[in-house]
Amino acid sequence: MENEQVKNPNLRAHHDYRRKKSAKEMQVQVITFALMIFLTIVAFIAVGIGDFSVKFIIPFILLLAVIQVGFQLYYFMHASQKGHELPMFFMYSAVIIAFVTVLAFVTIIWW
Amino acid sequence: MSSVAVKKGLGASVWEYLTTVDHKKIAHLYLGTGGFFFLLGGIEALFIRIQLMKPNNNFVNEQLFNEIMTMHGTTMIFLAAMPILFAFMNAVVPIQIGARDVAFPFLNALGFWLFFFGGMFLNLSWFLGGAPDAGWTSYASLSLRSEGHGIDFYTLGLQISGFGTLISGINFLATIINMRAPGMSFMRMPLFTWTTFIASALILLAFPPLTIGVFLLMFDRLFGSNFFDVTMGGNTIIWEHFFWIFGHPEVYILVLPAFGIFSEIIPTFSRKRLFGYSSMVFATVLIGFLGFMVWAHHMFTTGLGNVANAIFAIATMAIAVPTGIKIFNWLLTMWGGSIKITVPMLYALGFIPSFVIGGVTGVMQAVAPLDYQLHDTYFIVAHFHYVIIGGVVFGILAATHFYWPKMFGTKLSEKMGYVTFTLFFIGFHCTFFIQHFLGLMGMPRRVATFLPGQGLELGNLISSIGAMLMAVAVIILLFNVVITSIRNKKVGADPWEDGRTMEWAIASPPPFYNFKQTPLVRGLDTWWLEKMEGKKELTPAEPLGDIHMPNNSIIPFFISLGLFVAAFGAMYNPLNSVGDGKSWGLPVLIIGLGITFGSMLIRSLRDDFGYHIHKEDLLEDDKGGKVG
Amino acid sequence: MNAEERYTPLNWPDHPETQTLEGKNKFLGFWLFLAGETVLFASLFATYLALKDSVPDSSHPLAKDLFNLPLVFAMTMILLTSSITSVYAIYHMRNYHFKKMQAWFVITVLLGAGFLALEIYEFTHYVHEYHFTFGSSAFSSAYYTLVGTHGAHVTFGLCWIIALLVRNAKRGLNLYNAPKYYVASLYWHFIDVVWVFIFTVVYLIGKVG
Repeated sequence: MENEQVKNPNLRAHHDYRRKKSAKEMQVQVITFALMIFLTIVAFIAVGIGDFSVKFIIPFILLLAVIQVGFQLYYFMHASQKGHELPMFFMYSAVIIAFVTVLAFVTIIWW
Repeated sequence: MSSVAVKKGLGASVWEYLTTVDHKKIAHLYLGTGGFFFLLGGIEALFIRIQLMKPNNNFVNEQLFNEIMTMHGTTMIFLAAMPILFAFMNAVVPIQIGARDVAFPFLNALGFWLFFFGGMFLNLSWFLGGAPDAGWTSYASLSLRSEGHGIDFYTLGLQISGFGTLISGINFLATIINMRAPGMSFMRMPLFTWTTFIASALILLAFPPLTIGVFLLMFDRLFGSNFFDVTMGGNTIIWEHFFWIFGHPEVYILVLPAFGIFSEIIPTFSRKRLFGYSSMVFATVLIGFLGFMVWAHHMFTTGLGNVANAIFAIATMAIAVPTGIKIFNWLLTMWGGSIKITVPMLYALGFIPSFVIGGVTGVMQAVAPLDYQLHDTYFIVAHFHYVIIGGVVFGILAATHFYWPKMFGTKLSEKMGYVTFTLFFIGFHCTFFIQHFLGLMGMPRRVATFLPGQGLELGNLISSIGAMLMAVAVIILLFNVVITSIRNKKVGADPWEDGRTMEWAIASPPPFYNFKQTPLVRGLDTWWLEKMEGKKELTPAEPLGDIHMPNNSIIPFFISLGLFVAAFGAMYNPLNSVGDGKSWGLPVLIIGLGITFGSMLIRSLRDDFGYHIHKEDLLEDDKGGKVG
Repeated sequence: MNAEERYTPLNWPDHPETQTLEGKNKFLGFWLFLAGETVLFASLFATYLALKDSVPDSSHPLAKDLFNLPLVFAMTMILLTSSITSVYAIYHMRNYHFKKMQAWFVITVLLGAGFLALEIYEFTHYVHEYHFTFGSSAFSSAYYTLVGTHGAHVTFGLCWIIALLVRNAKRGLNLYNAPKYYVASLYWHFIDVVWVFIFTVVYLIGKVG
């Protein structure tokens, strides 16, 4: 059985194709990683310089964090691949509730 | 490995139930344990009503009253209503979607045992220095000051049973998404499956805030943190928010499955397909979504500000729309149907007006200015009992009669069922309708007694008499269960004769592998479709073959037991704010966690591939032999 | 279901983690669990934000007095790197390179342990240097609970991956344990996601004021 599969040229071709494809995917992952490191450094430097106004810097570094988390989810955790529709639906539902919770805690708890 | 034997000793049966991962047996466990807690909560309710029967009564003292009233609420919500609903979900949902088992049989058992040990821990407080006494909401300012360990039993017990609920929620979600039979598209799923699905999603997203809230309270009381201690910079409102961010979805976690049960019962006994199926599904999803956006309506009087109050008031009123859609769909399902009155159908008929009353008073409270008048009065008590009893408990009682044949293979006596329903229905309205007026007259909730001469005597007396009627009704139901079990008269696959969904196509109770061949689903109301074409069995989707089954395991029991032990250690750790820390506290905490994580490690180190039932054994089973 | 069957790089499926029904269930169930964890951490973040700098009197340290950005930067780099190493591990899993996969997971574990060591150092530093203990103020309780819960997740993740590495060292890769590895790496990435928000919301914004 196993021997048949090795001899099967289609299987070999598929295997080679897949190797190439995942090697390419891995390249994208490494680029993503470089971008994440870059975003992190930008955030730290922006705060470290300490020259920017608070009103600018807080939304700015939050935006960097959100982008970075997007990279984690869609590349590192493979959410951009097929079969992640339902998990992502639940993740986004969770994000909505998470957002509402945090919003409530920074707006209507004040004393 | 074997699940069925001709005759088993008591020890073997107990062992079977301790280790089972079969969703139908877990359903029995949930029903038994949940039913036990339901009786316990009912007894507590009776004590409350006896105490309030007349002014200045001293049947129980104030402290004991607070404990009873707290435990009544906590028990009924967390340990009775939810587990009993889980019982029916476990018994029915996998079969309704044509699955042989749930997605995670092991986790299913773990969920039950966590609930079991959490509930036991909470109730052990009665024997170990007093039960929690700060109300089921356990607001932090009050619960921080509570003497003794009552509140610690509350936090630790709910923590443990909450993990169980969360695990069960994930399990049902994964089951419904992944385990559906061929042809069972989302829009062919029976409504009970749909409501289970949405309720599970709510569990998944609503229990984490409770976990955190309870964690914070536990840390404050046992490990010296300061989340709610205002003198140290803390803030008690945080607890209120967490409790209600969980607490409001919790209401829908309870009532949506009840809606689902009625959406099965009403078409069955109207012998007509559910009116507006897709709008029912849509309304369920919408209720689930809106349920998360309204929690602050429990906190109108906290002082969140006018803007916040207005937003939450409007969001709350919006929920009435999808709920109204559902009510009309049920009515229109019956319209023109050939209605057969049975006990489950009676509960469904009683449910509609009762629940509408609860819904309408809910909209009244959504009006924030009016809520300032109604807040913390008996009006609120009346409202939520109309929702929880009129909706959830009626649903549970209906399902008990409706699914009893499927779960146990016998049919509860219809005659006694009528008596139970009549007494319960009258008793329920007698108890709670008058409480609306008590509330409007200014009687505050959670008071241990009231004074004479304020016009509250008659109302309270009527209310207490109603509670007695409900108690008698429940006793008759218990009697019914005992008599039915003794008679043990077996019924066929479709005892109501008008079953529409797949659970009615297989034997009662079903074989442990549910379906010999996975069925092919050809439309909504699968079994009804097949029956109408004169078929005696479901259309199979696969040839007869070996069936893969999971192995039984005692590990869920030990994982939960470990947390139960650890909870005692945490409670008596030397840092606790009660000041009775023991030197053995920390070691016991560590040992308990060691048992839990050790059991998890054992589970993950061993290969557990399950086993196969062979084709020949299945054929043997057909001829009356038993699969071993 | 031949979960324990032996494979070759040739017949190893494209997505071994979701090849079996058990794998599919694990994959989905774990994502659902992560959705729950998202709300759980959001609750902790919300508590932290509500109680940030909320202290009984001015003798207690505030966020801007405490945090040491170079240390946090080092921790962040270590944890982010451990994320890409676990991506490499999964890459090799999909290519059926068992040894390489194990090796990359070992690197991940080492980096995770390094992160944990720095975190423990950080906590003890705050306690000794600033008397900033778990019970000293509402702010300190909220800080330690949020960051500590993350640390507990890191610890659990480490134990989990180590257990996987040890139990499968002799068994090799098959369709029974491939989903386990995959799910463990998802967990590890999620820990990273939470950390991204912690270093932004707690440390950077804490420093800004």
